[in-house]
Amino acid sequence: MGEEVKVFGYWASPYSYRAELALKLKGVSYEYINEDIFGNKSDLLLKYNPVHKKVPVLLHNGKPIVESLVILEYIEETWKHNPYLPQDPYDKSTARFWIKFIDEKCFPTLWLAAWSAENEREKVTNEACEYLKTLESALNGKKFFGGETIGMVDIVASSVGYFIRVTQEIMGQNLLSADKFPQLFQWSEDFANCSIVKESLPPRDKLLPFVKGLIAKYQQDNAKA
Amino acid sequence: MAGELVLLDFWPSPFGMRSRIALAEKGIPYEYREEDLRNKSDLLLQMNPVHKKIPVLIHNGKPVCESVIQVQYIDEVWHDKAPLIPSDPYQRAVARFWVDFIDKKIYELGSKIWKTKGEEQANAKKEFIECLKLLEGELGDKTYFGGESLGYVDVALVPFYSWFYAYEKCGDFSIEAECPKMIAWVKRCMQKESVAKSLPDQEKVYEFILQLKKVFGSE
Repeated sequence: MGEEVKVFGYWASPYSYRAELALKLKGVSYEYINEDIFGNKSDLLLKYNPVHKKVPVLLHNGKPIVESLVILEYIEETWKHNPYLPQDPYDKSTARFWIKFIDEKCFPTLWLAAWSAENEREKVTNEACEYLKTLESALNGKKFFGGETIGMVDIVASSVGYFIRVTQEIMGQNLLSADKFPQLFQWSEDFANCSIVKESLPPRDKLLPFVKGLIAKYQQDNAKA
Repeated sequence: MAGELVLLDFWPSPFGMRSRIALAEKGIPYEYREEDLRNKSDLLLQMNPVHKKIPVLIHNGKPVCESVIQVQYIDEVWHDKAPLIPSDPYQRAVARFWVDFIDKKIYELGSKIWKTKGEEQANAKKEFIECLKLLEGELGDKTYFGGESLGYVDVALVPFYSWFYAYEKCGDFSIEAECPKMIAWVKRCMQKESVAKSLPDQEKVYEFILQLKKVFGSE
């Protein structure tokens, strides 16, 4: 069809991953460009995302779309097969609610729990556990948040189900455990075992040292502040 | 299709105003219920157990929470009247980007302007104006962000106008002096009944902020 689809991303970014997984679920071929986000961002990235200067950026026939959630909605509306959002407006609004919850509360708090200082960690961890409990309730006995197949909520929840789980391993925390959150734990296993997910996730052995370094950096910066 | 529609809201909330405007634009009747945020109703706690916040739109007994989700829902259900969100996927993505930008920046920076003093306030004012200027750039020569008619970005942004007077008084600056195009756009929006009727009086909001400042102890 002569479509040009590119993703400017970063291999370890959970946000970048969402864009790639969505394209893979739709069977859309794309060119991936890894940006050196901690070093030198490319001129193209700064041109396509002048406001935030961040990855991911989706480029479709020369037009940039930025912010991972905006990208996910765009992909869904542009390639209509294999839908990952419900058709019904009410069900769609419910999915969007959980997506916002994960992005604004769940994921940031869990990340904070990983690197915050000793004296703050207990409070943040308790908050994170409350959010995990709420997120688990959204599963409501289903295999995936999207039902029988992966939906947009699952795509977004990958930041918790995979990236945070790896982070927790490094920190010796075990918040998302099978005994504390059996349904959510099972979901994260089922999700990571889907072939399309498995072949696209950044490998654990690469991610572990990277996240370790990132946490050390956050702790250092926080100590200085 | 209309069914029973209730909006749980709080009069100065810019987020609540978004849903009020969307419903008014489409001429959809609904019941407005004022919440006392110091004494939240059982209905609010039941309909939004996760966040316990307003606004909550209740349609035939089912809650829709979060203002941007409500506006999208209203637009999708009542899609034949006064569409707010573009139909082209790329234009939709652009609109969503700016609504996300407004959500990430305007409320928080505005809050810092009235809550803080000194250097923190000065930085907030500076960044606030920069954000408005970026939005002015996006508006360009258009009548509204949505083009010839009110759109998603207009609905998301214009409610904050009701807080501008409070920001200006607290921060001792003039938004119009810095961003005349923005104020010109606001005035065009305010000529629409759906907007004018949904926004509270700016002086009332300022009085409300002064009360809050006493509670926060920054006076």
